[in-house]
Amino acid sequence: MVLTPGGSGSFDAHHPPRRELLDDCVHCGFCLPSCPTYAVDGEEMDSPRGRIYLMDLAERGEIPLDRTIAGHIDSCLGCLACVTACPSGVQYDLLLEATRPQLERHVPRTRRERLVRRAIFAVFPYPARMRAAALFGVLYRRLGLRALAHRLGIVARLPAELRAAEDLLPPVPVRSLFRRPAPLVPAAGERRLRVAMLEGCAQRVLFGDVNAATARVLAAEGCEVVVPQGQRCCGALNLHAGLEDDAAARARRLIDTFEQAEADVVVVNVAGCGSSMKEYDRLLADDPAYADRAARFAASVRDVNELLAELEPRAPRHPVQAKVAYHDACHLANAQRIRTQPRDLLRAVPGIEVTDIPEADICCGSAGIYNLVQPATAEELGRRKAANIESAAPDVIATANAGCLLQVRRFLTADIPLVHPIEILDASIRGVPLEKARR
Amino acid sequence: MSWSAELAEALGRENVITDPARLRTYECDGLTGYRVQPAMVVLPRSAEQVAAAVRVCAGHGVPFVARGAGTGLSGGALPVADGIVISLQRLRRVVEVDPVNLRAVVEPGVTNLDISKAAAPYGLYYAPDPSSQQVCTIGGNVAENSGGAHCLKYGFTVNHVLAAEVVLADGTVTTLGGDSAQVPGYDLLGAFIGSEGTLGIVTKVTVRLLAKPAAVRTMVADFATVAGAGDAVTGIIAAGIVPAAVEMLDNLAIQAVAASTESVYTPDTVAALVVELDGPPDDVAEQFDEVQEICRQHGSTKIMLARDADHRALIWKGRKAAFAAVGRISPNYFVQDGVVPRGRLAEVLGRIAAMADDAGVRVANVFHAGDGNLHPLVLYSEAEGQHDRAERLSTQIAELCVELGGSLSGEHGIGADKACSMPRMFGEDDLATMLRLRTAFDPDGLCNPGKVFPTPRLCGERPGPYRPHPLEEAGVIERL
Ligand SMILES: Cc1cc2nc3c(=O)[nH]c(=O)nc-3n(C[C@H](O)[C@H](O)[C@H](O)COP(=O)(O)OP(=O)(O)OC[C@H]3O[C@@H](n4cnc5c(N)ncnc54)[C@H](O)[C@@H]3O)c2cc1C
Ligand code: SF4
Ligand code: SF4
Repeated sequence: MVLTPGGSGSFDAHHPPRRELLDDCVHCGFCLPSCPTYAVDGEEMDSPRGRIYLMDLAERGEIPLDRTIAGHIDSCLGCLACVTACPSGVQYDLLLEATRPQLERHVPRTRRERLVRRAIFAVFPYPARMRAAALFGVLYRRLGLRALAHRLGIVARLPAELRAAEDLLPPVPVRSLFRRPAPLVPAAGERRLRVAMLEGCAQRVLFGDVNAATARVLAAEGCEVVVPQGQRCCGALNLHAGLEDDAAARARRLIDTFEQAEADVVVVNVAGCGSSMKEYDRLLADDPAYADRAARFAASVRDVNELLAELEPRAPRHPVQAKVAYHDACHLANAQRIRTQPRDLLRAVPGIEVTDIPEADICCGSAGIYNLVQPATAEELGRRKAANIESAAPDVIATANAGCLLQVRRFLTADIPLVHPIEILDASIRGVPLEKARR
Repeated sequence: MSWSAELAEALGRENVITDPARLRTYECDGLTGYRVQPAMVVLPRSAEQVAAAVRVCAGHGVPFVARGAGTGLSGGALPVADGIVISLQRLRRVVEVDPVNLRAVVEPGVTNLDISKAAAPYGLYYAPDPSSQQVCTIGGNVAENSGGAHCLKYGFTVNHVLAAEVVLADGTVTTLGGDSAQVPGYDLLGAFIGSEGTLGIVTKVTVRLLAKPAAVRTMVADFATVAGAGDAVTGIIAAGIVPAAVEMLDNLAIQAVAASTESVYTPDTVAALVVELDGPPDDVAEQFDEVQEICRQHGSTKIMLARDADHRALIWKGRKAAFAAVGRISPNYFVQDGVVPRGRLAEVLGRIAAMADDAGVRVANVFHAGDGNLHPLVLYSEAEGQHDRAERLSTQIAELCVELGGSLSGEHGIGADKACSMPRMFGEDDLATMLRLRTAFDPDGLCNPGKVFPTPRLCGERPGPYRPHPLEEAGVIERL
């Protein structure tokens, strides 16, 4: 028996996974088929049931916190498909969030893991650094460096994590790297709501067009859109990686910034960011100075699809002729339970046909920083997702998360445009073809 | 070379698990009361690798246990301490769907539901539908001869498997059954189906596919009393109607469903019957009216008709999730599995309710009413010290089924859980005969030992909440 004073079994006393939550699992296995890692290798330890079992054993002190259990918790994408699938109401999201920081505290990472993680957390949450990296990426492609690097076999010799990053860079025009939405976009017609928009980190650099489209659509639907200036990273990547303290610090700062905007609603167009912002209440529950504010903030957060579905459409929709494959982002479908809204919004556009994708509930492998730290599994999942999407033969693929957009694009073999659903709405409201709207 | 080294060499290091923490995740199946850590787990990538693993075991006298999705409720996939577990979870290919001959060939790790998904583009499906169909494997279904809601009309796994490629205990590979409906000679396939992994390991299965019925109609009829619902079931069958399914949920089960999924059931009804009819549209329409009439005659308070396929799917989703959803309304529970003659449904349910009142614990009922297969779920709280009371009640319910002329059905199998009860159900001669069949396939007893047949070691100590029920001499069993 391994005992930590004051803790539960092998976990320390600081928010270990709770016994009653572990006991909710009745070991029925209903979650297995929706778990992406289980789909890949069929090993019990890499299934939700197996991971919960390992947490349970550790909570009883029957196994130590070591590299074995850490490996199986690291390999979890945090996609929460298991939460959706579980009939018994197991809150795996809470279990995972409790376990990851414990492992970060007690299981030292290898040098290589530390380096990769440090690099990621030194770039992604900082738009300026992200922009520099992306700019390098654009030039790298544009100047033929990419082809050269591949030809010389340099890329093949890079560690898998870097190779994945190299491959993820989307072909963005330099102009769009620097595009920022106006700080205030007035509502068209009578104002219904004042909304404060999150720009996102990677989002504002790589998908500035999506932010612009979001502001236009919201304005057309009668929202006054403020973009709080000086907003920083929401901390989603840290939170999902078990870096609780960093995430909490970022959450506090973002709340400070957004409270100034005095908006009715905080609107987000990146599923991963939105889901963690909705969790700020839990993240800051122990902080007397922030607990109440965090609860208010979390309650005001809406995904853009969610918000639009709540508003009676006002702006007329022009036809867009396209068969759209809608890909559920895990952090939208499972973490925020937003599945029907984006589909309904798309269907309301004349000419749009929304098709289903086989294995829709299995994650694409993007999952925050997962595709950078677990490249092999991510690659297999990405290929599988791309093949499933292509089998539906869509004209356009729509998904409401930056990570999924990058990941799916990387593995598509056919040349199918990938967009955020809001870009389709934007094209429809403005009455311009989709390709034009995106420029 | 040691057997473990031989296995690692035969299968490749990446396909064997030896680390203790990892091994522990394989120590139990859906019945968590029994746990044994195996010495090794192997995950073969092909039928040849399965055979290779079994050959190593045979050579060294190492026992082995096949494992599908580990959803079994009788401890069938419980490992043996000094043996290995052979997981079939990497054999998940649908080899072939043959719409002309109405059959599909699949590997053993394919889930029950994935067979129907693969057949769907041809308007076909695989009929047996255990509630666990989204996760349980066809290999596990063959081993347990699993059934489901629609087995009332369509029969169990044994009625839908045409052939199986199996690895026998000495590592030889052979095919039982065949392409045609009738194969001359002994029905070895029939013996294999329902043998709970004790005769060999299935590595490929040829299943029969059915055309999707032209029409399907589904209703949920609410009743103010459980007895009324029970009588309605008897009434429907007595009218000569063979529904595709008749399922019953009582109020507690409905509460559990409501807590877990988007429930379409009336929250405060005492009992609800799900009745589904399928077949040619005209027949279905006519009988559907008749069933509604019968339900009304027996005091149905409300009848909801499924509007469309999505609505029907919600009705079934609730029903199929009910078991696991009970976890939402009770910290602990026992699953009982008994059969009573259909005509006595109302009576037995009334008596179970009275017994539950006496014991001071709750019993939820959700079951295949059409064939009288009850699944009473005894809800209790370990923390509040109700364990023993609940267990006693569970046993009494089993005895009640037998007393009323029914049996402890084997829908969930004998496995490790009920092995010790076998002598109470069968005489020595019966057991000896069964053992001879088993020994003919597996002379050294390496293939899933300790299951089905009582062993002193297992029956001396009985851990966990799902203890076997002392089935008194009266015990009659329907199937193994
Ligand atoms: C919530 C829930 C609901 C359920 N509902 C039903 C129901 O409605 N009807 C029903 O009949 N059952 C039901 N079950 C029980 C269970 O799902 C079935 O028994 C199922 O067939 C087990 O399949 P599995 O793949 O999980 O097998 P496992 O549990 O892994 O194994 C079961 C047995 O099969 C053997 N086995 C597995 N694969 C092979 C193979 N390839 N070759 C030889 N032997 C093998 C194992 O050794 C073991 O003895 C339910 C279970 C749960 C948890
Ligand atoms: S997490 Fe839920 S679905 Fe998965 S095994 Fe546990 S109870 Fe079953
Ligand atoms: S969160 Fe996703 S990857 Fe992790 S256990 Fe659940 S289903 Fe599997």
